[in-house]
Amino acid sequence: MTAHSSSAALAAPSAEGVNGVALAVFVFFFVAVTVMGFLAARWRKAEQSASLDEWGLGGRSFGTWITWFLLGGDLYTAYTFVAVPAAIYAAGAAGFFAVPYTILVYPLIFTFLPRLWSVSHKHGYVTTSDFVRGRFGSKGLSLAVALTGILATMPYIALQLVGIQAVLDVMGVGGGENTNWFVKDLPLLIAFAVLAAYTYSSGLRAPALIAFVKDGLIYLVIIVAIVYIPIKLGGFDHIFDAAGKAFAQPGAVPGKPRGELTSGPHAQWAYATLALGSALALFMYPHSITATLSSRSRNVIRRNTTILPLYSLMLGFLALLGFMAITAGTDIKGNPQLAIPQLFEDMFPSWFSGVAFAAIGIGALVPAAIMSIAAANLFTRNVYKDFLKPGATAEQEHKVAKLVSLLVKVGALVFVLTMDKTVAINFQLLGGIWILQTMPALVGGLFTRWFHRWALLAGWAVGMIYGTLAAYGVASPTQKHFGGSAAEIPGIGEIGYIGLTAFVLNVVVTVVLTFALKAAKAPDGVDETSPGDYTADIGDKGVTADLPQAPAEAPAEH
Amino acid sequence: MSEPESAAEPPERGPIVTPTRVVAGVCLLAPFVAMLWVSSYARIEPKLIGIPFFYWYQMLWVPVSTVLTAVAYKLVQREQRARKGGVAK
Repeated sequence: MTAHSSSAALAAPSAEGVNGVALAVFVFFFVAVTVMGFLAARWRKAEQSASLDEWGLGGRSFGTWITWFLLGGDLYTAYTFVAVPAAIYAAGAAGFFAVPYTILVYPLIFTFLPRLWSVSHKHGYVTTSDFVRGRFGSKGLSLAVALTGILATMPYIALQLVGIQAVLDVMGVGGGENTNWFVKDLPLLIAFAVLAAYTYSSGLRAPALIAFVKDGLIYLVIIVAIVYIPIKLGGFDHIFDAAGKAFAQPGAVPGKPRGELTSGPHAQWAYATLALGSALALFMYPHSITATLSSRSRNVIRRNTTILPLYSLMLGFLALLGFMAITAGTDIKGNPQLAIPQLFEDMFPSWFSGVAFAAIGIGALVPAAIMSIAAANLFTRNVYKDFLKPGATAEQEHKVAKLVSLLVKVGALVFVLTMDKTVAINFQLLGGIWILQTMPALVGGLFTRWFHRWALLAGWAVGMIYGTLAAYGVASPTQKHFGGSAAEIPGIGEIGYIGLTAFVLNVVVTVVLTFALKAAKAPDGVDETSPGDYTADIGDKGVTADLPQAPAEAPAEH
Repeated sequence: MSEPESAAEPPERGPIVTPTRVVAGVCLLAPFVAMLWVSSYARIEPKLIGIPFFYWYQMLWVPVSTVLTAVAYKLVQREQRARKGGVAK
């Protein structure tokens, strides 16, 4: 999940004293989850383990509760917990769009993902690109979807590191400007080495197990924060009064106030389109799909859409912490990302700050692990097996995926260490716009075979190009380009989410070209699925609880 | 944007549009109408324990949409069981 808060200028904060107690508590939890991560390989292990189904989808065996923790750990990331309140802190109401966004996600998941689950189980699909290739008989379209997924996931992993960095900085171990780069980044390097090692050895089981600890801590911290901090600050009335006064002050844009307490008349289109566009984009991300496909049955997914919103409620409370940081006069050292970690440090006793920081830190590890696994699945199935080595065996797939998951993480690490943090945020913002462009092929394909594969490819290309160019053209007070994810919608004249505009353009191009291509009798690809596949469930003919052998052989080459 | 909503009734064995599915579809559609109609809730008053309407109203929709999704789940599940000839899993 993202907060689209690119305006958050990220200055490197200066180091102060190290908070020893908080650091000790943090390290304790970190070591505990590391041990869990390595032990996870033995948890619910199947007899035949050297396959992508086992490593990359946890054997497709997860029930309602594990799926709940996994999806929750996956969608509500450390970056979310840092960035959503940071956006509220910076601009007020506009940052709250994360709440309607996560409300809208669940009806969408309810409608789409059970169908994807069924067809994937029937044909042994591991990724969305597997499905697109099977449905439209087009390796080109499948490659486009796979590359978009990998491209959009990389900066997302990088942002998890940004989340950990914010916590380390506040604890005083992030290092200052004049520290040696190696000493400065050592804690981050250790955290990532640990993450990479247990993902490599345990696959999706590691984040699934660690997600229990992560969410337990997160819930605890937020409940305590939402009760304890308002009491300390003199109640919500006072908090919102103070915040309202702060927002009325002139902000970074000359002649405009810093923010508003409710969405103003000119901000409402942006608010609504951001919520809708982000909701549509969220479950297109490879890591959401990976967590969904790892569940045991259709009903596990549907049941989850009725219990996952508990996280949205938490997110809403968390967002309110942004107002509390304003009222408390939290010193953010020019970096809004530090608002929440710093608020915790100021308000809580040291040991509980440690718990809170551990929650954020571990909260970064779970999604980072799932994301790297999802990207590895995509590469292995849709680039390696489709294009580089068509005859790859299950063992080879498994090996390649493990290696790629390492490479993806190293890439993210290099990204964060060598480039400015704003670059990661810019790319993350672009990633959301990009991933939305795979929706016509995926969701369209789940419900109809009417679209033509070449039209879908053309629509995707148009959406990608428009989205990238439009985002490039957005300036903010701190940046000349990629200053935000909202721009004027052509023809309507209101400000709206670029991703959604690009998506509409994408659909229009796809529909028009499908008519044209059908009229020209362009060859339609082979569809290996049948209508019944989309509603198949455990217990139906041809659908077994586990598919130990299927994924390697099932998707026939055309 | 009408695409995801109209997709709420997947084609299956038997008639595609049934009263049950229409009700389930409405349950799934309602949060979209409520949340995307921003001007209906973009105000400060009435406050709830000091929290402006804008915030508590949207947070209220979290449990409301949860209940609606649960209703849709029960309806769809019941219909599926009926179609499979009462075979409970």
